[in-house]
Amino acid sequence: MGRIWRVSGPLVIAEDMRGSQVYEMVEIGDEGVIGEIVGLEEERAIIQAHEDTLGLKVGEKVRGTGTILTAELGPGIVGSIYDGLQKSLTELMKESSFLKRGVKVFSLPRDKKWHFSPTVKVGEAVSEGHIIGTVPETNLIEHRIMVPPGSEGVVKEIGEGDYTIEQPIACLEHDGEIEELTMMQKWPVRKPRPYEQRLDSSQLLITGMRIMDYMFPLVLGGKAAIPGGFGTGKTVALQQLARWAQTQLNIYVGCGERGNEMADVLYSFRKLEDPATGRLLQEKEVFIANTSNMPVVAREAGIFVGITIAEYYRDMGYDVLLVADSTSRWAEAMREISGRLEEMPGEEGFPAYLGSRLSSFYERAGLVQCLGSPERTGSVTVAGAVSPPGADFSEPVTQNTLRIVEALYSLDVSLANRRHFPAINWLTSYSLYAEAVKDWWSKVDPEWADTRGIALRLLQQEANLEEIVRLVGPEALPEGDKLLLLVARMIREDFLMQSAYHDIDTYSSPARAHLMLKTIIVFYKLAQEMLDSGINVAEIRSSPIMYKISRMKDIPHDVFEQRIEELRAEMEVSLVAHRGGV
Amino acid sequence: MTFSSLFMKESRAITRAKGALLMVESIPGVKFGEIVDVWLSDGEVKRGQAIDISREATIVQVFGGVSEVDLVGSKVRCKGQTLKLPVSIDILGRVFNGMGDPIDGGSPVVAEDYLDINGEPINPVSRVPPAEFIETGISAIDGLNALVRGQKLPIFSGSGLPHNRIAAQIIRQATVRSKEEKFAIVFAAIGVSYDHAAFFMSSLEQTGARERTVAFINTASDPVIERISTPRLALTAGEYLAWKQGMHVLVILTDMTNYCEALRELSAMRDEIPSRRGYPGYMYTDLATIYERAGRISGKEGSVTIVPILTMPDDDITHPIPDLTGYITEGQIVLSRDLERKGIYPPIDVFLSLSRMMKEGIGPGQTREDHNNVFMQLYAAYAEGCDLREMSTIIGAEALGERDRIYLMNADSFEREFISQGEFEKREVEDTLDIGWRLFSALPEEDLKLISEELIRKYLPKYRNLNATTTSQS
Ligand SMILES: Nc1ncnc2c1ncn2[C@@H]1O[C@H](COP(=O)(O)OP(=O)(O)OP(=O)(O)O)[C@@H](O)[C@H]1O
Ligand SMILES: [Mg+2]
Repeated sequence: MGRIWRVSGPLVIAEDMRGSQVYEMVEIGDEGVIGEIVGLEEERAIIQAHEDTLGLKVGEKVRGTGTILTAELGPGIVGSIYDGLQKSLTELMKESSFLKRGVKVFSLPRDKKWHFSPTVKVGEAVSEGHIIGTVPETNLIEHRIMVPPGSEGVVKEIGEGDYTIEQPIACLEHDGEIEELTMMQKWPVRKPRPYEQRLDSSQLLITGMRIMDYMFPLVLGGKAAIPGGFGTGKTVALQQLARWAQTQLNIYVGCGERGNEMADVLYSFRKLEDPATGRLLQEKEVFIANTSNMPVVAREAGIFVGITIAEYYRDMGYDVLLVADSTSRWAEAMREISGRLEEMPGEEGFPAYLGSRLSSFYERAGLVQCLGSPERTGSVTVAGAVSPPGADFSEPVTQNTLRIVEALYSLDVSLANRRHFPAINWLTSYSLYAEAVKDWWSKVDPEWADTRGIALRLLQQEANLEEIVRLVGPEALPEGDKLLLLVARMIREDFLMQSAYHDIDTYSSPARAHLMLKTIIVFYKLAQEMLDSGINVAEIRSSPIMYKISRMKDIPHDVFEQRIEELRAEMEVSLVAHRGGV
Repeated sequence: MTFSSLFMKESRAITRAKGALLMVESIPGVKFGEIVDVWLSDGEVKRGQAIDISREATIVQVFGGVSEVDLVGSKVRCKGQTLKLPVSIDILGRVFNGMGDPIDGGSPVVAEDYLDINGEPINPVSRVPPAEFIETGISAIDGLNALVRGQKLPIFSGSGLPHNRIAAQIIRQATVRSKEEKFAIVFAAIGVSYDHAAFFMSSLEQTGARERTVAFINTASDPVIERISTPRLALTAGEYLAWKQGMHVLVILTDMTNYCEALRELSAMRDEIPSRRGYPGYMYTDLATIYERAGRISGKEGSVTIVPILTMPDDDITHPIPDLTGYITEGQIVLSRDLERKGIYPPIDVFLSLSRMMKEGIGPGQTREDHNNVFMQLYAAYAEGCDLREMSTIIGAEALGERDRIYLMNADSFEREFISQGEFEKREVEDTLDIGWRLFSALPEEDLKLISEELIRKYLPKYRNLNATTTSQS
């Protein structure tokens, strides 16, 4: 047992700590403030405190726990709301509306019984990752109990019925040794969980956001960053992902952000239904909430607890999405600790290991073939918000993140200011997965690649024309260019703009997205023909067709296809009418 | 070592004094963050805080600076506790300094409790999402950037802009409709001139809200270091009134730029590695521990709403002070020098302004069913008008088409009729929305894409008159 030697903010140095190891968790002082050893110098341990250090005294005891920071994995995770150390905030609330330090609560309920149904028989040989039974965790998630990494053997006994997570449900024999298995595993959060092999992903992760799905697609197992200045829509975008993404489990990590926002997410998820299953979203979500006023060091723990939970469900064979808001706040916590340790600062005071730490998080995303039988794949997709100071993307966190991710949704202050949401800039965003999802999309519509290409080109041409318009005014342009501007604007306003708060349009299926854009492009073709037959853009602009196109977002999902067909027919007719008129 | 010094936990061995920092030989038993008394050789006592403790030394940050500390004759004595504010319902109507001592000539508060000025983080699960619309009577706020109870919504201003008058107008006019509830105002002046502080106090006096106000005053001539404690004291008082007394508390903090400057000064004294423009890397977190104290809590009556005021250095919104604030608060009301020059009061830049909690607070039952649609359409139309305005400065308005000229004019009308209003004019939110509809009348109807057809039929003046006639006929 050691003693406090120094306290400086979240940094504590303890003496008499011989025998400790780096990353060991410790309890500091009489209240047992949770800390983690980040360095050892002879018999002194350098500790980062995950809880507030106010009131600690030199000489108070410091107790090593012998364990490193681990996550508890087992039934009971889904629907939970944790802090950065995986403490149940719902349990903590029973004590007080305010967070007190040193309070110990379990991550998983100890007394709750779960119904375990075995999927293996006595005498079967099993190895790590093998699914030995299932538990109905929520209405949406079947929890698959797996042989933990590192264990194997022949099933000697297997239970069936109601168990708590601490009661043995199976016995394995290996080399004459008997191992009892329970429904709970513990896993050190900084270490990636093992899998059989990584696979290339070509399946679109359906987000329901048109600019993502259609223009800059993300895949199951992909890595994406959403950088943007304050108020540009990072949180709303991540919330939309956590709401509508067609993954089986979503993990929302609030890292150093607002309490009210977290409350808003929690409230809305208790009411909202998953579009695919009609069940409450809460049944497929895990929340980690470490708000900006909670201890900074736990921001890092929260990120890693989140990704560990994601991997655990991936190992069961699920597609999991993790969103992290905001990775910048985690980076700032790293900077603070590093500064107090008087490490050599890198760019803007961030430690030199910023990049490698960020990639140790993002690199845990991926589509994998899971360990063990039955054969299955699972994926972890990661989307992280980045909050660059002054919305200047040249800063270290954004730059280091861009080196890692494959999809970038770059949020633009000027779009947000004019309330174009999502404020994803179509000229500077990209996705390296666009090639990979071609096959996927061609099943929805064979023309996807072409239509997408046309739309992106029109937007690019619009940007070029705008330079000219600024000098000569829109009226001086030839009619063809005026039409191009009109159509580009339709693409922006009637297709890319998508309010998260619109009752219907908040979620747009890929098929709906395709029909919308296709309609605008068909309009463009018809309008070009009208121009050729001598009708001018001003006339086209006042056509009721345009108004109807702008109202596509209001069309309910169930009648969408039919109404769009009617609209197309009307477009043809009105064009013919014009032709006849000339 | 004498018995008494052991008992009192004191140290005479001051080894170094620099700025507001004292390096003292380790004081046994001192707690991290503890408040200490620094006894100067002439008998004067200053307060300080232990900000770094170890076996070798204790570093004390002295409130008020250490210019007169004489290393030999002075001593540091522990008080055994962190900085606390004595509270009871009697703090209402009182004025305190940046250490929480009364400066209104009244007697000390008979405390019902002593609260740590740092407060405790609210468990996010215990929070109730803010959703009650506060009517300020100011169209640019109520219509486009609505404030709700439990929100933190700052005013980003520039020197010489009328942020104080706007804040005073909010204090004067803010109400939650159809509700009679206990409310209170907490006002903190942080490093502002005596005149500014006096302006607020007298404006509170005029509204008759003086008795419902607690004030913490740290003027420009008061110790810089007390700027760190002033907002925390204010929030501690606010939390007490909200969570213990069930009141709806509006906390005004002005000027948070002075707070941030003080933070930078102290950080420099501690030789910390600075982040952007010399501000400490933990400024985000530090500000968050203040602003996150706003909110509503499940099972509790009251609420804490924070309206901080800050002046943007050089009117630069990307400066670390407004930037980090914007990353923490739930939106911002930004004042514009351009509008001010045009003679528009309140000169609120609606593009840069944002209220993130607005959507919960508006709509049927709270304001009116058309609020959200009107809000979006006003933005779209004004944005287009402003783009054209910029363009027309180069190519001339004559070079614009007819439709574009309509939008250009609309932008002017929007500023003159919607944004602009009297300092003592309190507009009901329905009036605000109706001004919006009047502006829409001038636009082509098929351009009102962001408003549902049903609402257009109901509220657009030409149909409204029609509706009125049909109803009167039937
Ligand atoms: N998709 C959207 N649809 C409608 N409104 C949106 C959308 N995205 C953002 N907004 C609007 O923009 C506001 C700010 O968005 P958000 O809170 O997500 O910003 P942020 O980038 O997370 O900011 P910060 O970095 O300060 O947390 C929202 O409150 C909302 O009014
Ligand atoms: Mg956000």
